[in-house]
Amino acid sequence: MDSNRRDFLKLAGLTAVAGVAIPSAFGSLLKGEAMASGGPEPVAKTTGKRYGMVIDVKKFAENPGLAEKCINACHTNHNVPDFGNKKDEIKWIWVDSYEHVFPADSQYKRPDNLYKLPILTLCNHCDNPPCVRACPTKATFRKKDGIVGMDYHRCIGCRFCMAACPYGARSFNWRDPRGKDANGRPFIKAENPQYPTRMRGVVEKCNFCTERLAIGKIPACVEAAAEAKGLIFGDMNDPNAEISQVLKTTYTIQRNPALGTHPSLFYII
Amino acid sequence: MIEKALKGSTGYWVWLLALLSIMAIGGLAYTQQFSYGLGITGMSRDVTWGVYISQFTFLVGVAAGGLMLVLPYYIHNYKEFGRIVILGEFMAIAAIVMCLMFILADLGQPMRALNVMLHPTPNSMLFWDMIVLNGYLFLNILCGWVVLQSEYKGVKYPKWVKPFIYLSIPWAISIHTVTAFLYCGLPGRHFWLTAILAPRFLASAFAAGPALLLIIALILKRNTKFDIGQTAKDKLVTIIGYAAMLNFFFLACEFFVAYYSNIPGHKHTLDYLFWGLGHGEQMYNNLVPYMRASVVMGLAGIALIFVARSKQSDGLLALSCALIFIAFWIDKGLGLVLGGFVPSPMEYVTEYVPSFQELAITAAIWATGFLVLTILYKVAISVKLEKDA
Amino acid sequence: MYGKQRIIPALILFVGVMTYPIWSSSSDAAKAPKPEKPKDYKECVAPAQFMRTTHMKLLNDWRDDILREGGSRTGHTADGTEFVRSLQNGCMKCHSNKKKFCDVCHTYTSVKPYCWDCHLQPKEAM
Repeated sequence: MDSNRRDFLKLAGLTAVAGVAIPSAFGSLLKGEAMASGGPEPVAKTTGKRYGMVIDVKKFAENPGLAEKCINACHTNHNVPDFGNKKDEIKWIWVDSYEHVFPADSQYKRPDNLYKLPILTLCNHCDNPPCVRACPTKATFRKKDGIVGMDYHRCIGCRFCMAACPYGARSFNWRDPRGKDANGRPFIKAENPQYPTRMRGVVEKCNFCTERLAIGKIPACVEAAAEAKGLIFGDMNDPNAEISQVLKTTYTIQRNPALGTHPSLFYII
Repeated sequence: MIEKALKGSTGYWVWLLALLSIMAIGGLAYTQQFSYGLGITGMSRDVTWGVYISQFTFLVGVAAGGLMLVLPYYIHNYKEFGRIVILGEFMAIAAIVMCLMFILADLGQPMRALNVMLHPTPNSMLFWDMIVLNGYLFLNILCGWVVLQSEYKGVKYPKWVKPFIYLSIPWAISIHTVTAFLYCGLPGRHFWLTAILAPRFLASAFAAGPALLLIIALILKRNTKFDIGQTAKDKLVTIIGYAAMLNFFFLACEFFVAYYSNIPGHKHTLDYLFWGLGHGEQMYNNLVPYMRASVVMGLAGIALIFVARSKQSDGLLALSCALIFIAFWIDKGLGLVLGGFVPSPMEYVTEYVPSFQELAITAAIWATGFLVLTILYKVAISVKLEKDA
Repeated sequence: MYGKQRIIPALILFVGVMTYPIWSSSSDAAKAPKPEKPKDYKECVAPAQFMRTTHMKLLNDWRDDILREGGSRTGHTADGTEFVRSLQNGCMKCHSNKKKFCDVCHTYTSVKPYCWDCHLQPKEAM
């Protein structure tokens, strides 16, 4: 073909590419979605809400069955399925023992009763969450009030966040949570009509009951442990909140603090 | 030029048919996975990446290995690589195609895969991986095809292709560095959290990629009139041998750091991989025979490859390359990826065994890669042989 | 045109077959879908035509606002009625019969939204 037609075609091609790329690039830049800098701020802001929770392990040891109550409250509220096998297991909050929850702490010459303590384990809602840094679609994100949220619509199920989490807090839907087991029993025992389920192929975890906080309620687990005062939840940036008083006066430990994740969960052992 | 892939011997068509059958079986297995969910694999809450991601990690290395042919030829004017540069570039294309397929096969919601582009997230290494892998695929297709086509037409390749070729050189380093960065930046996994992971990846890539290429070149010499030449073979031996030695040196460094410092977190995964990890009464050691075999095979392969060169024996050369390739496939595939999940962040050991569907899908994707490779090589060889005549 | 005698009749036949659902009275493709509006409520969160064209975008905007920015979970209609900005706990409270409302148009246009893979459908009142 002669050079005029060739040049025209080259120009047309370039214009077509530019015409598609430039508006979309502008759009994402204007919307502020393409973040130039890294991820969330590494240290908690002192203004605005900053939710945290103190877990008083002694109260759970003194009240057998309390931890189960909390777990049931959470899992029922949020339609968390029970597949009945460890491989597909999904858990937002569960009980584990000291050497598993605090592997970075000393395991040497500990008191005997330490390993029998039931320690509630859940997502730490870190200030500096590695999972948020890892997520390629911002399907998991850190909100301004400190809660690390999940958007199940956007999650592509790559499980990079699960590899990134240093606390093993996340679960994946390896199969359809609305299915039934071999005996015909549904995995979700009792559906809570006010909260959705998830679909197969997405990651899920504790969300600090952000939907309950929005309507002025406390998280389901905190409510279940309210009488025994096993869980103290509140705004750590509010100096008058109960949690701030507790943190000021009581010694608490955190999970693997050397990693610099700044968890929002504190344990009184 | 693609019409050259439509003419071939009976052996060629039988080979393609075999590949297509494997792809069909895997395709069926994938429909099962698509409808049931990833639970059909052997992965679990503790071991969240299995054979798919491990193959992807290894194949990014194989793709980067093409650099070892492009660099000497285009930068250092090593003319003896003239016949095989195109083989390196086409192998990179096939490897990247396999990588992308493995990633898609591993996604829980593959229909949402484009979310990675719709919601760019520069702080995520997977975002950059998407960019560099697709970019490298594009570069290799462009450079490989244009240069081959120019050769076919009997002219020198156009000047505008040169910048892309030069770009592909640091880009090859970047694909494997970014893939290493997926692992070595995660704070919870001590086995992966090492600065030497990226250099180790590159070293094993520069051994495994050219090793596969050399095996294929020897097969081509057997079945076609295409011979890459003794000088090129000898040079490849140098590259493969030294890269493999470097990888074992890095592995030795890892062993030293873990066992001399005696820090449990650093030791545990190596314990699990090479000796077995005892937890309570149970001993977890299902990977131990493979990991030990990989070290033995790798070292044997290195020794053998230099012997093969001095003896000028094609048979020994093929064997040594196969030993090295399989050794690094085990080391990077099984060892690295699965090792990162044992023990879990909560110090539990969950072992992983791939399921039948998982293996079928894996085989199908490998078959697809080889299909792409066969077709591209058929074109390249036909063009080169025509030019010879 | 070469082969006029074969091509033109074939073209007419082709167009006729392809447009059969539109002109044939035996098919209901020509009938516009009529979703059954809820009886107790006078207005939706926004005017009907706006909802027809933009309800999916509205839901996405609500989701991104509430989930990521901590936006308000309640809104107000044009004449001040409060509603919950939610599919499951808002829209479906009024449009409680998914089959008679949502599915009517969706089936007609062959749209298969995957909302219901996660969001629980309201149990039919009947």
